[in-house]
Amino acid sequence: MPQGRSQAHDVAHRTRRRRRLAAVGAASLPLLLGGCQLPTFYGYRGQTSQAHDEFLLYAGTVIAAIVVGVITGGLILWSVVRYRRRSDAMPRQFQYHIPLEIFYTAVPIVIVLVLFGFTVFTENKVDNVSPTPAVAVKVTAFQWGWRFDYTNQRVFVQGVRTDNPDPVGLNGSTCTASAPTPNDCLGPGLVLPVGQTVRITLVSNDVVHGFYVPQFNFSRYALPGVTNRFDFNVARPGIYRAQCTQLCGLYHAQMFFHVVALPPAQFDAWVTGSQPQPDQGTVAQPAVGTGGTSGAPASATLPTGATGAAASPSSAAGGASSGGAPTGPAGTAPTASSPARTTPPAGSAGAARTTPSTASTAP
Amino acid sequence: MTLLQHRPPAGASEHPEHVEHHDEPTFVVKWLTSTDHKVIGINYMVTALVMFYLSGFMALLLRVQLSSPSGIGMSLQTYNELFTMHGSLMLYLFAGPFAFGGLANYIVPMQVGAPDMAFPRLNAFSYWLYLTGSITMLLGFLTSTGAAAFGWVAYAPLSTSAYSPGPGADLWIISLFLTGFSAVFTGVNLVATIFYLRAPGMTMWRLPIFTWNMLVTALLILIAFPVLTAAMVFLWTDRHLGTHIYSVAGGGVPVLYQNLFWFFGHPEVYILALPYFGVATEIIPVFSRKPVFGYKGLVFATISIAALSTGVWAHHMFTTGTVLLPFFSLLSLLIAVPTGVKFFNWIGTMWRGQISFKTPMLFCVGFLLAFLMGGLTGVMLASPPIDFATHDTYFVVAHFHQVLFGTTVFAGFAGLYFWYPKMFGRMLHDGLGKAHFWTMFVGFWLTYLPQYVLGLHGMPRRVATYPPGLGWASLNMASTVGAFMIGLSFLIMLVNLWVSWRNPVPAGDNPWDGHGLEWFASSPPVHHNFEKLPPIRSERPTWDYNHPDARTIAHGHGAADRELVGAGARGASGTGDSTTDA
Ligand code: HEM
Ligand SMILES: [Cu+2]
Ligand SMILES: [Cu+2]
Repeated sequence: MPQGRSQAHDVAHRTRRRRRLAAVGAASLPLLLGGCQLPTFYGYRGQTSQAHDEFLLYAGTVIAAIVVGVITGGLILWSVVRYRRRSDAMPRQFQYHIPLEIFYTAVPIVIVLVLFGFTVFTENKVDNVSPTPAVAVKVTAFQWGWRFDYTNQRVFVQGVRTDNPDPVGLNGSTCTASAPTPNDCLGPGLVLPVGQTVRITLVSNDVVHGFYVPQFNFSRYALPGVTNRFDFNVARPGIYRAQCTQLCGLYHAQMFFHVVALPPAQFDAWVTGSQPQPDQGTVAQPAVGTGGTSGAPASATLPTGATGAAASPSSAAGGASSGGAPTGPAGTAPTASSPARTTPPAGSAGAARTTPSTASTAP
Repeated sequence: MTLLQHRPPAGASEHPEHVEHHDEPTFVVKWLTSTDHKVIGINYMVTALVMFYLSGFMALLLRVQLSSPSGIGMSLQTYNELFTMHGSLMLYLFAGPFAFGGLANYIVPMQVGAPDMAFPRLNAFSYWLYLTGSITMLLGFLTSTGAAAFGWVAYAPLSTSAYSPGPGADLWIISLFLTGFSAVFTGVNLVATIFYLRAPGMTMWRLPIFTWNMLVTALLILIAFPVLTAAMVFLWTDRHLGTHIYSVAGGGVPVLYQNLFWFFGHPEVYILALPYFGVATEIIPVFSRKPVFGYKGLVFATISIAALSTGVWAHHMFTTGTVLLPFFSLLSLLIAVPTGVKFFNWIGTMWRGQISFKTPMLFCVGFLLAFLMGGLTGVMLASPPIDFATHDTYFVVAHFHQVLFGTTVFAGFAGLYFWYPKMFGRMLHDGLGKAHFWTMFVGFWLTYLPQYVLGLHGMPRRVATYPPGLGWASLNMASTVGAFMIGLSFLIMLVNLWVSWRNPVPAGDNPWDGHGLEWFASSPPVHHNFEKLPPIRSERPTWDYNHPDARTIAHGHGAADRELVGAGARGASGTGDSTTDA
């Protein structure tokens, strides 16, 4: 059966070709990672330096996956087409080919180790926290809204679900006027300076939430009992849609927020002077339409959060001393009407934000 | 072990009088009281299929709601209940029980040449636990506060009594107790059967791959399910006895729940996948008319997948900020290696074969392609930075559906089409089977490819509505259309079943020229399966018996392997004495 020999030879030949292809793919990966002109593969190039690092890893990995997928899928389709039954001839009953088996075990090991190397490299950059952040924001997630405390400036923004309590936009305009689409402005706005290191400290008041900004290519859980810290270096001014991604109860689908990235001067103006600083809780808004139309058992008059309010001087820096009382109305509003719960978690805002561990689930 | 004595010795075809005469009860009584693994297996499969159709129906409702930004006005609560129950039914009540309670129950004893499972009554008990558990979970819909609505993972504290009061959640938890014990008992049964009831000659290295995979799956069940049960006990005591295991207020640790759950949850993914890998590995060789390529490497790959799968749970928790990223990332990436090996085993099996595309084989090709893409995106998700960008978005939904649908549906229904003739002695219509396949295949890709794009654009999972104007509506609509094609394909399958029921086409004992011992029995098999057994000298005794001239050549390379058929087999493959008989 000389036929058999040439067939085996054939296999070996193809294998070599595959190896060469894989080598080309692997070699071009770092090259590609250097450049910025990669196709996006439907992902975001990223609006923070961390997000851009992630994007490079993503794009490189997609390319590698396409190479592997095309080769493997090609082999599958080739076998399917080439070896469809044409006669009753008995195929050769071979079962093992040790060199080939070693080859197809070793190559994937190399591929994943290379990917692991790039992963650790990128991960260290994405997760790196600076010892000297320029701005610190404490983000508190609660059912179903967000609170952003600018701990050094004694300012906070809080809002629930789809309402937009602080409609600041770009260049002095409003959010909806300067965002790509009005729906990029849903929820409270997390205003950040461009070009500076921003430290986010993320906590949750009640259940697990997901802090996710798509264009930052980043998400992190807000976990009760855990304080997460990470940095953003926003690259460009803009308005970036964001949303809770971890199922957190009835209104999870509406737990929006958005990031407003301003040039440093505008940010400083926003954070210091330009904001009205009423006492907390004086601004409570009527319900947003979507709350009632959702058909959920909740009433249509869900009170919503405080708008652009700043903490009073005594509740400075996270309101350690006095947060509870003044923020009461705004803070408890979203929970008071939460339909599926017998016991609202205690004081969603004020007291809770400094001591989240005592805030939730006391039945 | 009295059952052992009923088994006639291998090759004892001269003793047909050995057939037993039981007073078999009929129909309903039979289904209710039997301890026969074949009856229980069919009970399991029918129940699991009911769960599959119910859950699929819920999926279609979800897809209708998602077809436009504000949907059809389904309430948020309903949506949350439906995806929770859809996911829970699919994973806990369909995919697992269909594999290890249904297919394995029926096929494993036959493949090892045993008359029944090792513990027939325990087997029946498993089924009853499973049935009760399934009904328990579904009862949630009848309570005034509705079914559980915290996702199939039920993260604490959302699942504690403060945030999910109401009996729907309790029914869900109790259902997991019941089905969890059912799975453990089936696992014990499978391990005992495979270790102790193998026919003479059926060495471990001659076990068909499906049986090997079920052995490994059963061991994984024994590792993983008790942890789930423990997590559920804690959850239940938190809810009802005032313990504070998962609550910060009482000094507990919510993230403990996630660790416990995923210590079960990731092995569970392989508990769901390995049996279906086994199904594909039974079918591809039969329709390629070749032995499985790289048999031993495939077994080692399966074992290493199982071993690695106990150390990767935290890749579901990359974004918690509480886990050691490099460790879990490395192990998760490494698990791609044995999985990749399997692909080359499958390709190598088809390579230079004579592939006939009957329905089961078509489904297997569909499985290979679906699982290829699901696997590659899984490798991407094993890289924490990429997971940060896509976690809990539709990218993940698309990924796990490609994997789960690829395995449990493509390979699972391949198995159904493949073994149905054995179970009922009648064929399913091949043309209708192919119509089922192509509708489902197109629908599948149309459903899930757009979801990758949606996820990359930032659409979160588990949302009933999404804002208009972001360009998501058309992609979602495409996905919904695809889902309805999948739905249609399963109506075609019902028609197929009905046709085969009304106009039976006799199957014969071995319609596909099969490999394993199950094809040596009659269709359907007699009460204790075998009246005689062929000599068992490799992992495909029936094939060897029917094709004495086409024994396995161990090595596909080298100079000396061609004329000396079987000689090279000595040593390397465990089929050492393949030239000595027949
Ligand atoms: C008939 C085809 C199917 C369709 C159209 C479908 C559709 C869906 C939809 C719309 C969701 C909800 C997504 C969300 O809102 O986040 C979902 C979730 C899910 N599906 Fe499917 N699905 C199908 C088949 C399957 C299969 C075969 C399995 C597993 C064996 C499965 C397992 C799951 C799981 C685990 C979830 C997650 C539930 C959760 O988030 O808690 N699905 N599916
Ligand atoms: Cu949420
Ligand atoms: Cu996993």
